[in-house]
Amino acid sequence: MNAQNVDAPSAYFLAEVSNEIETHTLSLLVDNEPGVLARVIGLFSGRGYNIDSLTVSETEHEKHLSRITIVTTGTPMIIEQIRHQLDRLVPVHRVTDLTVRAKRANQDKPLERELALVKVAGMGEKRLEALRLGDAFRTTVIDATTEHFVFEITGRTSKIEQFISIMKPLGLVEVSRTGVAAVQRGPEGL
Amino acid sequence: MTREMTGAEMVIQALKDQGVDTIFGYPGGAVLPIYDEIIQQEGLEHILVRHEQGAGHAAEGYARSTGKPGVALVTSGPGATNMVTALTDAMLDSIPLVCISGQVPTHLIGNDAFQECDTVGITRPCTKHNWLVRDVDDLPRILHEAFYVATSGRPGPVVVDIPKDVQFATGTYQGPTPNPAAAHKSYRPQMKGDAASIRMAAEMMAAAKKPVLYTGGGVINSGPQACQLLRELVSLTGFPITSTLMGLGAYPASGDNWLGMLGMHGTYEANMTMHDCDLMICIGARFDDRITGRTDAFSPNSRKVHIDIDPSSINKTINVDLPIIGDVAHVLEDLVRIWRSSSLKSDAKAMKDWWTQIDQWRARNSLAYKPNSDVIMPQYAIQRLYELTKHRKTFISTEVGQHQMWAAQFYGFEEPNHWLTSGGLGTMGYGLPAAIGAQTAHRDALCVDIAGDASILMNIQEMSTAVQFGLPVKVFILNNQYMGMVRQWQQLLHGNRLSHSYTDSLPDFVKLADAYGGVGFRVEKPGDLDGAIEEMIAVDKPVLFDCRVANLTNCFPMIPSGKAHNEMLLPDEANDEAVANAISAEGKSLV
Repeated sequence: MNAQNVDAPSAYFLAEVSNEIETHTLSLLVDNEPGVLARVIGLFSGRGYNIDSLTVSETEHEKHLSRITIVTTGTPMIIEQIRHQLDRLVPVHRVTDLTVRAKRANQDKPLERELALVKVAGMGEKRLEALRLGDAFRTTVIDATTEHFVFEITGRTSKIEQFISIMKPLGLVEVSRTGVAAVQRGPEGL
Repeated sequence: MTREMTGAEMVIQALKDQGVDTIFGYPGGAVLPIYDEIIQQEGLEHILVRHEQGAGHAAEGYARSTGKPGVALVTSGPGATNMVTALTDAMLDSIPLVCISGQVPTHLIGNDAFQECDTVGITRPCTKHNWLVRDVDDLPRILHEAFYVATSGRPGPVVVDIPKDVQFATGTYQGPTPNPAAAHKSYRPQMKGDAASIRMAAEMMAAAKKPVLYTGGGVINSGPQACQLLRELVSLTGFPITSTLMGLGAYPASGDNWLGMLGMHGTYEANMTMHDCDLMICIGARFDDRITGRTDAFSPNSRKVHIDIDPSSINKTINVDLPIIGDVAHVLEDLVRIWRSSSLKSDAKAMKDWWTQIDQWRARNSLAYKPNSDVIMPQYAIQRLYELTKHRKTFISTEVGQHQMWAAQFYGFEEPNHWLTSGGLGTMGYGLPAAIGAQTAHRDALCVDIAGDASILMNIQEMSTAVQFGLPVKVFILNNQYMGMVRQWQQLLHGNRLSHSYTDSLPDFVKLADAYGGVGFRVEKPGDLDGAIEEMIAVDKPVLFDCRVANLTNCFPMIPSGKAHNEMLLPDEANDEAVANAISAEGKSLV
């Protein structure tokens, strides 16, 4: 009987129940009004959910709508809860679990990109090696002196993690990351 | 209607346009402009409480007993923070509550001004939504939206925080929109349930051998029609029905199919039926931990249907097989219609066997207690109160503790909206202001707060409110000089070490009633009880009724923490040893 009901809008089905921890990317369309981010973050801290990454910016200026992208981890039951709890907030227009959407479309993951600014300081061979690797990772140098570079790198979280860890022995000074922005593949919107 | 007026005038106008007739409040610096309008108008009655928490609970009592939103008005800073308990209470019990708070002028916000606090920040997690109004022209829209959000979908509390300069400023008032649900840009709860799912539920019901209806406060929130449809569904199907604390009255306690309340202090038959059923239909309830007991042993062999207006209630603690998102009245209407039109019938033979089983559990008589002719047993006191008030229009509120559970077990509720109790938050001090709220809305009714000697002292100051406004609420105190439920848990969990659960130096409640301008009674013998209750009812003034009950009685039956529904501790088995060993090591860390 669970199978018959797979398309009901908000069910999480017994047959699929697992206690495995999964990582999901949620996309929220919200009114850009004071306090909306506090409501979202407060929900996560108040109910003990995890936030791995969170990005927010106004995306539709005329309608004052912002898009929030949250990467979170939990069991499927918890992630389903998170989605419904977010959807319950009054200024939230829509919540989409992009990871579930991607799975339904037989895709591995939604499109996810992150940008990082990576500052590396050093002289001699290390400096050259950093620059070579920067090229290999298709980064852009956006600031430099004879003692340092600032690399701008975009890509999936895993690529950025990898670049940062390679830069560590080459004089990594600091990193600033945007967090994940994500959309689903294909022509449809949220 | 469009008209120029001040922010303070807008507040009054919007309340009237929303059909509000009563508000509960307490003045202060940041709401003086609104109070200046209150005294210059008619049609909106203001009940002056003695503490803002009282205003909140009174508004809840008003809301629960009428089905309309309750309204409270408080000042900034401490006025708003005193309101937090009532807001949280309304949040957990889904009570529609509109709280209007004053705020320091906009140019002082963030300056640590006198009586300033971040009201929207503090109340964000304990409200359904809240607003800080920075521009008077936004005020009418926000006020109307506040009523829409508080009352629609799963109801709840909202706060509108209005800085003092916005109350003085002049702007354009606009009346409410005729169809706020369609007009709202993001909040539009789903009312109708999915038709295919409802049909599937009906078919599951027809096929069930051991069904049970498990109902909650959502049925009452959905309105009288939902309760009517629920009764119809029970009579059509012949299914047994139990309810949570919040749902009492949706189905009459005198009904043939009534099993009594379920959960931690529910009846044996209700909990055993839940445990052994093969189909559970949860209607407007939320599988709270006081209901489920040990979740991994909760009703292990049943398929579960869950009807709820709030999608976040689905699969929160218990996985269900068939969720139906929608308003209870809408869903039940469809369910009853499908049941009739498809000529569905419950399995008569299976139902007969099921009821035979249930009757065996009933025969266990799990609410039994030993009568006593010398001291008043608390259960007996509630039974007598029930017998002597059941033919009247009576509203019962409670505080929190043993007396609350005894009231739920022994007072039979026939109609919805007549039972006002703090279920989710468990707020001691709820009952007296809630009774005041109910009495305000139902002047001719008998409003009784069944209280404990500890709880009543948490908002005793509201006696003064009751006297001032001629609200003859009756406070029926089961006085055992203990925080009885705390003591019961200390006996169960902490080796009978009664740390600070005995109240020395209780006030003389008779003198206290007198001091407030009410009437006091004290009864110590079972034989005097009936006469005193009748006298209490006859008095047209607020009453403190000091009913001295057996001090050490505990509340049974009980599902000890960490145990399943079929592991109840029954009153006749609850000897000292059983009580001391009822809870295992894992259960001890649970609340």
